Amino acid sequence: MHATTESKSKAFIDGSRLITESCVRAGADVFIGYPITPANLLYLYASKRFPTMLAAPDEITTLQWMAGFATAGHVPVTATSFPGYALMVESINMAYMQELPMVIILVQRLGPATGTATCGAQGDLSVVYGTISGGFALPTLCISSIDDCWDLSAKAVETAIKLRTPVVLLTSKEMVMTLLSYDWSKLSEIKPAKVKTFDGKAPYLPYAYNDSLVPEFLSVTQKEHQVRITASTHDTKGILQNTSPEAIENTKRLQKKHEKHISDYTFFELDEQKDADTLIISYDITAQASREAVKQLRLQGKKVSFLAAKTLFPIPHEYIEIASRYSKVVIAEENLTGQLRLALFGMAGRKGVTGVNGIAKMISPIEIIEEVLRNE
Amino acid sequence: MNNISFLTGSELPFCKGCGHATITQNTEKALQKMGIDLLDVILVTDIGCHGIVDKSFLTHTVHGLHGRSVALGGGIAAAISNPTKKVIVFVGDGGATIGMQHLIGAAHLGFDMTVVVHNNMLYGMTGGQPSEFTPCGFKTPTLPEGSNKAGYDLCELITAAGASHVQRVVGIGDYSDVLVNAFTAKGFSLVEVMEICPSYGVKSNPGMKLSKLVEDSGLIIKTFVSEKDKVYSKPVNPNPKSLISDKFEVTTKHTHNLSKPVSIMLSGSAGEGIQSAAEFLSKAAMIAGLNTTKKGSYPVTVGVGFSASEIIISPEQILYTGSPIPDVLVITSVDGLNYARAAAGKMKGGILLIDETLEAPTTGAQVIKVPFRERVGARNSAMYSIFWYLNHSNIFAMDALKDVFMGNKISEKVQIETMLKF
Ligand SMILES: Cc1ncc(C[n+]2csc(CCOP(=O)(O)OP(=O)(O)O)c2C)c(N)n1
Ligand code: SF4
Repeated sequence: MHATTESKSKAFIDGSRLITESCVRAGADVFIGYPITPANLLYLYASKRFPTMLAAPDEITTLQWMAGFATAGHVPVTATSFPGYALMVESINMAYMQELPMVIILVQRLGPATGTATCGAQGDLSVVYGTISGGFALPTLCISSIDDCWDLSAKAVETAIKLRTPVVLLTSKEMVMTLLSYDWSKLSEIKPAKVKTFDGKAPYLPYAYNDSLVPEFLSVTQKEHQVRITASTHDTKGILQNTSPEAIENTKRLQKKHEKHISDYTFFELDEQKDADTLIISYDITAQASREAVKQLRLQGKKVSFLAAKTLFPIPHEYIEIASRYSKVVIAEENLTGQLRLALFGMAGRKGVTGVNGIAKMISPIEIIEEVLRNE
Repeated sequence: MNNISFLTGSELPFCKGCGHATITQNTEKALQKMGIDLLDVILVTDIGCHGIVDKSFLTHTVHGLHGRSVALGGGIAAAISNPTKKVIVFVGDGGATIGMQHLIGAAHLGFDMTVVVHNNMLYGMTGGQPSEFTPCGFKTPTLPEGSNKAGYDLCELITAAGASHVQRVVGIGDYSDVLVNAFTAKGFSLVEVMEICPSYGVKSNPGMKLSKLVEDSGLIIKTFVSEKDKVYSKPVNPNPKSLISDKFEVTTKHTHNLSKPVSIMLSGSAGEGIQSAAEFLSKAAMIAGLNTTKKGSYPVTVGVGFSASEIIISPEQILYTGSPIPDVLVITSVDGLNYARAAAGKMKGGILLIDETLEAPTTGAQVIKVPFRERVGARNSAMYSIFWYLNHSNIFAMDALKDVFMGNKISEKVQIETMLKF
């Protein structure tokens, strides 16, 4: 018999529990939900944990109520899957333009359409990438491990608050529903982020900005200053304009704002091995298979490096730099055509860049190992 | 009564003679009559000709999407839940119909807000196309032969949905008292203002009189409901408890014999305890000092068909939580057999424990037939199967599994001895 290694306690939990708790500790205070598998555990935990929880009658209402709450100074969260996300798209654009903080947790499942509700997938990256009309970046963080459920969820809330923007927290079925033994004694402390509010005396211009490119917020609940919130093309006063230079400058600022602060929300895990010529890139649930593949490859004596992309959009320039150091890049993701591969290298691709892809089952470490060792 | 200006005073952004202008003016007058402060008013406007009036108001203004203003305003009203504030939503007949669910929902919940429907019986902003409220015979630029069906009665619908106050009015002259009644109602109120769009409605229907048109369409000018006072208030969780609690912790007490990971798949029928058996096995492994992961697979309707679970138990940290080919496959029913047939086919070694009434599938695993169902009945067959497996494999101390079983209320109904007869 093996002696017990250490008489320690571990939790038997799922990722949804950590995500929910982390969001609340980071400053989110309202959850608005419409049920959908595999996001239902988040809905359940949120109903117990959030200071306020509302059950919406559909996903368009969900996003609109969230925007309403954000207008009144709250930080809302929802959780959905592709069918719900599709309904939310126009309203996410609205909140993006209005500059309202919120987090949309997108738990991926097998599509197209209703597909298979109880089967995981990584099929929504391209949809998220194209969410905002005009090619603007919608900040998107992606959970790649159980630790990320805690750390990254808080960062998603913090980013939404600091940049006054909707943020997508991307994940998938097995990441949020699998029960596992987890040592949570080392969970980092989370401090709530605060919305930066206007405290000046001068007239308040709702969309005026300084170097940070993030306008200061005032809630419609206060009576000192008039607030104008709008999703139409607008000037710094929040008044609708056709295409006046000031208004178009304001619209362009929405992209610049996200680029300017990207280092504050660039998260990735880089495990480089000296003299390796192969880099495995992955995200979400397949990052776990990739870590196992890396471990086994190294045991076999194959030198290999690994990048887990946690910030997906805007794409951190570091990813391109890191990838350029390797002659062989293998991108593993649970979809048919390689959506991260497309986002990183375009339709033209790059010599030496290949994918490990598949649907309806988790990609296994063996498949990744085979691709790394192909042609060797 | 106050004489605060609620409007900037600059020219309103409507065509000459547009009924929308009378709504703007009557709204200001009504707010003055109420004596409310400027910044206690939050005006939410939809997309449409009426919607661009936000720039003329000195109140807080919020401008969103076509058809969604009632939900957006509802969110604000729910968040504020403060009777000293007034949330007013301006929406057109186009916006009202594309977002009808939001009107019904807000009335049903009793959000504290007033919706003013600018019903000019067509889509103004996009060039005068008919809406669902276009009355029979009414012509529009894209429907020169006239509509061949009647609209439906919005006020009746919203009354039925549970609004506190609903009134229809013809949008001519001073109807500020109608608006005051709505603005001061508790909960959800709606005023449908009948008006005509000079640019498209009047041009397409020359000589038509608004009051006559309304009367001919069977829409009654009246108060449909008043002085109900169902008011929504924001739900506040009085005592939200942390989800991180030692209730979910398992402490190592026993020992194990594993030197490498083992993956186990339990496959059976819904309602026969597959998922709980898998959880028991995982927790027991933790008590024995092991790491574990447990995944579930089942159809969307969880009460019928197969139910399967994949468990990994490992002395090391588990990175990859999938198990494409199990080391151990346990099948307790026909549903389970059908679901796991493919997995069994992939097994080149390991063991397959299968209920003795079932025919073993093609597999490279060592097949052992066990009378799971006969010994303990269908309901407990999955639970029994993990006891049987643990006894057979001895991967960790049986005491660990006994602890989990005895700590659960199942032990009040099922004698542990029945689980320990092999
Ligand atoms: C989702 C969506 N579909 C279509 C449109 C185009 N659109 C803008 S305003 C409008 C109709 C406006 O009619 P109504 O709501 O009656 O307001 P009015 O212009 O008559 O005041 C439409 C269809 C849009 N903005 N958004
Ligand atoms: S088009 Fe019609 S509804 Fe629009 S502003 Fe002109 S008159 Fe009013």
